[in-house]
Amino acid sequence: MQQEPLFAVRDLRVSFTRHGQSFEAVRGISLHVDHGEVLGIVGESGSGKSVGMLSALGLQPKTASVSGSARFNGRELVGMPMAQLRALRGSRIAMIFQDPLSSLNPVMTVGAQIAETIRLHNAGVSKRAAMDRAAELLALVAIPQPDRRIHQFPHEFSGGMRQRVMIAMAVANDPDLLIADEPTTALDVTVQAQIMDVLTDLRRRLNLGLILITHDLGVLAGHADRVAVVYSGEVVEQAGVDDLFARPAHPYTRGLIASIPNMAEEKERLFSIDGAPPPLGKLPGGCAFHPRCPQAQDICRHVPPPVRSDGNHRAACHFATLPVGSAA
Amino acid sequence: MPFLVLGIVTLAFLLTTVTKGDPLTAIVSDRQMNDPVAVAAAKARWGLDRSLPERYVIYVGNLLTGDMGTSFITRRPVAQDVFFRLPATMELVLAAMLIGSTIGITLGVLAAYFRNTVIDHAARFFALFGSSIPVFWLGLALLYVFSVKWGILPGPGRLDPRAPPPPSVTGFMTIDTLIAGNLKLFLDALWHLILPAFVLGWAVAGTISRLVRANMLEVLDREFILTARAKGAGELRVVVRHALRNTLVPTLTVIGYSFAYLLTGAVLTETIFSWPGMGSYAVEAARGLDFPAIIGVTIVGGVVFLLTNLITDIAYVIANPRVRLG
Repeated sequence: MQQEPLFAVRDLRVSFTRHGQSFEAVRGISLHVDHGEVLGIVGESGSGKSVGMLSALGLQPKTASVSGSARFNGRELVGMPMAQLRALRGSRIAMIFQDPLSSLNPVMTVGAQIAETIRLHNAGVSKRAAMDRAAELLALVAIPQPDRRIHQFPHEFSGGMRQRVMIAMAVANDPDLLIADEPTTALDVTVQAQIMDVLTDLRRRLNLGLILITHDLGVLAGHADRVAVVYSGEVVEQAGVDDLFARPAHPYTRGLIASIPNMAEEKERLFSIDGAPPPLGKLPGGCAFHPRCPQAQDICRHVPPPVRSDGNHRAACHFATLPVGSAA
Repeated sequence: MPFLVLGIVTLAFLLTTVTKGDPLTAIVSDRQMNDPVAVAAAKARWGLDRSLPERYVIYVGNLLTGDMGTSFITRRPVAQDVFFRLPATMELVLAAMLIGSTIGITLGVLAAYFRNTVIDHAARFFALFGSSIPVFWLGLALLYVFSVKWGILPGPGRLDPRAPPPPSVTGFMTIDTLIAGNLKLFLDALWHLILPAFVLGWAVAGTISRLVRANMLEVLDREFILTARAKGAGELRVVVRHALRNTLVPTLTVIGYSFAYLLTGAVLTETIFSWPGMGSYAVEAARGLDFPAIIGVTIVGGVVFLLTNLITDIAYVIANPRVRLG
């Protein structure tokens, strides 16, 4: 039997109740990531990719209810008592978010914020020692003059530097898993590449499992090992990154690949997928993607697609050229 | 700042000249009013025979030397009267501010954290009650219930009337009793302070709690709150260290403003609780058309208010690192 992966999500569902009506934002996501591995999760905004991962850590909004399973190092996170979850968060599992300015507390020095993360999980560490460690961590993410910078406030840093601070804070307790939610979206293109390099470099050095949530499939091309494509709260395709780009099995994935700007080709216009994702609670019958799918047939409108799989490559489409198999 | 003080002085001075009351009635007895010699003597004695600009210049000149004139009623220098009574008012106002801010901030935080629950509604009711009930009514009602009916809190005054007061050092009864080393007397002073301070503080607690709630709601939705939770911080730490600290600037503002309200509210509270402060002094002065005293109280009150604003501004800089740069 295969050993259990570092982090495995199985049939995770998140629903919100609004005005007495229930909406499912995440409709049964399953994925996993291992030590030293980078899993990319790609999907449009509102597809449920972020809220799914937050919910796995118990960070869902108050109005949400979560079911399914999310196992970390063999321990079930869904339904875990708050105190135990807190002990994991920031220590074994860390997160960074999209906008590093609003993600940092504006009235605390960055050093104090990093030191707080350390001291929350290491009761014996003195304030002094935690600040020294904070400076080391800033050096680790290549922030110059860390001894001076720890005494500065977030507004004294540039966007890229702030995201480095967030990363330093995230890896402060040497976590096993880092979940990065759109870590480069709010940054300049030139800075994006640097941040991605910092992340993948840390992944190697600390052997951490990295989940990279993004709406930009292009970001994943050079950095992810495997990719899960999420549409309307479901994983519609999951494969190794090279396999995915070479043989995309789901029409939505093909659309995403086609809409990556390509500098080598001269195109008049960028490709875009027609239409918009369906609103919560108004999902079409059959395959959720069929109203926007160029290949939609009658069957797509009525029958939810089966998951086809050849072991490593899975896709939920009636016409995927993969054998119909049990979800691995 | 000096200009503002001069403005206060001028306004206070002019306000007394537009009142209809004739200060002579406060000085000269009814019988002597018909005696032109006595009236003229009184006028000359108090400088009322001079023109308004003349009086103004003399007043400001005297003020610069710390002389605020002599009270018609007590026949003592106003400056001496006022500074003798100022500590009593400050003690009451500061205690009310402490109680009001503590209750207000606590309720505001709870209401925001438990928004739209019973706790939120209860806090709203408490705030509305405090800010809509007049201080004099609340004072009388609480005095009746706690002191007269149940007897668990003492009646009016700053100390048990039978107890010998401690030597006055700061004028703050709680501090003076401590300096005198008399713990029993200190507790008595504190005990007397609770009810008037609570009555006065409740009104501002309402305002503060509403503002803190609104600001907390906004801050609790900010992303760094999620970051704090993702770090593994407990809810208490998230709320106090991360959220509340970010509402400090508007909270300080409203507490600073509430000071003006507390000073005016102190007039009524002091009257009800026989508190020998500036408020009751002002009431006596107004009743007796004691113009030098009225002007003196107004100026001191205004200057105290200016100083609070200054302190509030300084507190901003400490609370908000972004101001420090700019």
